[in-house]
Amino acid sequence: MKKKYFIILLTLVLITSCKQEMHLTRIEGERIEINDSLSGNQDIENFIKPFREHVNNDLDSVIAYSVDTYTKNDGELNTAIGNFMADAVKEMAGPVFKTRTGNNIDIVMLNHGGIRSILSKGDVTSRTAYQIMPFENSVVVTGLKGTSVKKMINYLQKAKRAHPISGMSIKLNVDFELLEANVNGEVIEDNKTYYVATNDYLYNGGDNMSFFREGDSLHTLDYKIRNVLIDYFKKVDTLDLRADNRFIKTN
Amino acid sequence: MKRRDFLQQTAASTALIGLGGLTLSSFNSTTQKKITILHTNDVHSHIDPFGPDDGRNANKGGVARRASLVERIRTENPNTLLLDAGDIFQGTPYFNYYGGELEFKLMSMLKYDAATIGNHDFDNGIDGLYAQLPHAKFDFISANYDFSNTNLNTHVKPYKTFVKDGIKIGVFGLGIELDGLVTKDLYKETVYLNPTEIAQDMSRILKEEEGCDLVICLSHLGYNYRNNPNKPSDLTLARATKDIDLIIGGHTHTFLPKPTIEKNSVGKNVLVNQVGCYGLYLGKIDFYFDSDKNKSADGTTIIV
Repeated sequence: MKKKYFIILLTLVLITSCKQEMHLTRIEGERIEINDSLSGNQDIENFIKPFREHVNNDLDSVIAYSVDTYTKNDGELNTAIGNFMADAVKEMAGPVFKTRTGNNIDIVMLNHGGIRSILSKGDVTSRTAYQIMPFENSVVVTGLKGTSVKKMINYLQKAKRAHPISGMSIKLNVDFELLEANVNGEVIEDNKTYYVATNDYLYNGGDNMSFFREGDSLHTLDYKIRNVLIDYFKKVDTLDLRADNRFIKTN
Repeated sequence: MKRRDFLQQTAASTALIGLGGLTLSSFNSTTQKKITILHTNDVHSHIDPFGPDDGRNANKGGVARRASLVERIRTENPNTLLLDAGDIFQGTPYFNYYGGELEFKLMSMLKYDAATIGNHDFDNGIDGLYAQLPHAKFDFISANYDFSNTNLNTHVKPYKTFVKDGIKIGVFGLGIELDGLVTKDLYKETVYLNPTEIAQDMSRILKEEEGCDLVICLSHLGYNYRNNPNKPSDLTLARATKDIDLIIGGHTHTFLPKPTIEKNSVGKNVLVNQVGCYGLYLGKIDFYFDSDKNKSADGTTIIV
């Protein structure tokens, strides 16, 4: 009798343990640093190798020569490296825009902060372009009325920085007041449309350049600034860059 | 008399389990199971380790090393999931040269189980992401991006469930608002839905309908926005939901030395973790399950 009872009980216990309900009882968390104490998986290494070699060969092949070292802090309102970047956009993206719309790029404006590295004297490679422009920003062109171009000039007066420009010249007095401004050597007309190239980051309000949004049109050229630089390096062969009088103030 | 002896013995056994979790007599055994969750976020095409001269991350990172580590952990515990919280793309020339092909192929070799989509994964447009999908042997999950009117439709699922050693694990994905971060011509007709509401739905579906033992949110919302506390983030999500056990985050490149423990809407603990960026760290969370009710009655112990 007692034995029978025991067996029933035993069966019950076994049944419940078969369809065990699991309960979360403990959680342990840790962060593991990936460093050189770990040896790399050889299959993965072997898989990456041909990709790495291709990228490095391509990035490190010499495409131009720079006669000097240039930095974005070389001048007050215009610098050799900034002028080169803005001019390169005008020269390389201009024909693309012309083919698509029949118009010329009148003005280029980029930002001082967008020059992410120096350009060193000596061999120039695609890697140099990645260092100067690591971001994926692309060239965009918008049609701005003369009134908006004047706001752009006002922005530059207030910024007092060597934001790269091309196609435009601005002369300020010692107090940063405007003495003279023109586009391609001509006086700016309020109602005339000027095609201004910049990058998508600035067009979308980066660095508070809100005047770009007054444009009547937006043309995306699908041309990355970095690729502009690479193509320009290949084209010019030797980089002998100069600051000039495009944006100056009298002393 | 004998019956009383038996009951006393049982009581004694239970007490012992409670103390040490030892395996006991055959008919009254308790089972312990361990699920390991490994995770990365914002790897940003960092395939090679940083060089010895790097100013900040010298000799850190590297996919081949991560592979060795993951392999070792999987050998220790085969019941392991490897997850990524997005921004796989963009950050080294590998992405510019191969458009993400190498990243997806390597993640497949590491046997990633699932990934969610970060804003930078749209950097070559939704078409660029779609073009690389054949190279990924793992699933992309996102519950709050509605891809119905894009070519990603049917290729991205809101969630995925896994069964490891009889434990059912539900993982759902969440992405950040794209407007303002990604230009419209890149994300096209992708519709962003409120992540908090979606997470409330998802956790209910996974817990109640799917009967998951463990619910994980793979998020690219960002850890926390101190200056904009109402912006959806992993911490706001943790507080506004229930039945989520772990939120694996990304986007803000937050280096958490250990997971954050947050209280959910019903006062239960949620873990929130994020391991910075560039594959410098691997996050590892072990979940221990026990069949013994007495043990679980005391709540879950969290050791971080």
